[in-house]
Amino acid sequence: MLKKKHYLALGVVVLAALLIFSLPQRATGRLKLAVSSLFLPLFGLLNTAQQLPVAAADIVMPRSALLREVGELQRDQQQFRIQMMQAAATAQENDQLRALIGWQRQTQWKLKLANVVMRDPANWWRTVQIDLGSRDGVRENLPVLTADGLVGRVSSVGLTRSQVILIGDPYCRVSALVENPAHDVGIITASGPLDSSLVELTYLSGNAVLKPGQNVVTSGEGGIYPRGIPIGQIVDSQTVEFGLYTEARVKLAANLGALEQVWVILNPQVNP
Amino acid sequence: MNPLQSILILAAAFLAVFGEAAFPLLRHWLGAQVDLLPGLMVYTALNADIVTVSLLATLGGLWFDALSANPLGVSILPLFAIGFVIYLQRELILRELPFAQFILGAAASAAAPAMCVLLLLTGGQQPLLGWGSLWQWLVMTAGGAVATPILFEFFHWCQHALGYQPRTETSFRPDREIRRGKL
Repeated sequence: MLKKKHYLALGVVVLAALLIFSLPQRATGRLKLAVSSLFLPLFGLLNTAQQLPVAAADIVMPRSALLREVGELQRDQQQFRIQMMQAAATAQENDQLRALIGWQRQTQWKLKLANVVMRDPANWWRTVQIDLGSRDGVRENLPVLTADGLVGRVSSVGLTRSQVILIGDPYCRVSALVENPAHDVGIITASGPLDSSLVELTYLSGNAVLKPGQNVVTSGEGGIYPRGIPIGQIVDSQTVEFGLYTEARVKLAANLGALEQVWVILNPQVNP
Repeated sequence: MNPLQSILILAAAFLAVFGEAAFPLLRHWLGAQVDLLPGLMVYTALNADIVTVSLLATLGGLWFDALSANPLGVSILPLFAIGFVIYLQRELILRELPFAQFILGAAASAAAPAMCVLLLLTGGQQPLLGWGSLWQWLVMTAGGAVATPILFEFFHWCQHALGYQPRTETSFRPDREIRRGKL
């Protein structure tokens, strides 16, 4: 039966929960960061443990293999330098043409590499935490990507870590453009909770002609993501709401299930 | 109930939350991450006092929410509800039987995420739900059910290894000793 002690415990816990619920969002965010910082030593330990096999492999790697790798990297570097010169010339030409027709000049992205330190323990969100924070220049709503394509956006920022909402989470909506002749524009939303490699592209016009394999990139609208970041490829499509609009499934270019390192764009230039 | 057991329970909860966030292997294989906190709450409610139950619900919930995109504090009430109900009924539960632990672990692991999602929906949040969520729920239930008897074994072992052992009674009584004289 309920005793005085039980009533007291019940009251204290319910009161604590209600108190935390009723805190302003800013205070909750700070409290969340403070609580999660308790785990920092453990994450540091895990990181060190993960580096140990790599360090051990580096020690036992033969010198000839290292020299061969250095040679390959030097060749790649020279190739990239030539490509960069060509790209710089193209960019200059592009700037001149933009100036001629009065378009805004494009700035080069300032990227910062981040390590993914943990994933959301809850099954109903798709977020990760990265090891960059406000002291590294990261702020809310900065786009995050890999070399393959878009990953998501920064949702909250601490001093040394930030939370990234991955594409496919209900709170990560992206304006996307299909690279077809009509350049149809739609919104990337969440799909199912199981397969993180598929998302829904919805609100495309009812007469959009989509084919499997067509590329989907960011449209540059919405104020967060710059135009032209690869998102994925169309898998299939169907008209919904009696032909009012078209929906498509998109296979994501970035492998969200195996994220280890991501790039944060620190200076995205987007249309509001 | 000694303080060492309470500390062990809270340390296990801390490590469980860390493990769920840092090791996503189960999520890769099965499509869902198993939550160990409900199983831990079953053990606590059956073996510890109400203060430890309250502490586990509050701290465990806070730690879990701090590492996830959940609004802070949303996991506290489901965990406490499970712990409180089991705690009130614990005299009627055959807590030493692994089957009972398995069933309680399954029930707690099924109830905790369901209550948490209900609270999120009530609060106007939009968690990622779909038909696949049923599979995730089953995985969480089964995972929690399997983990609960293992947690019981682990804590019994810890108690045996770290706690004071009960003094064994010997048949020897000094007042009944026959003392032989010189003759």
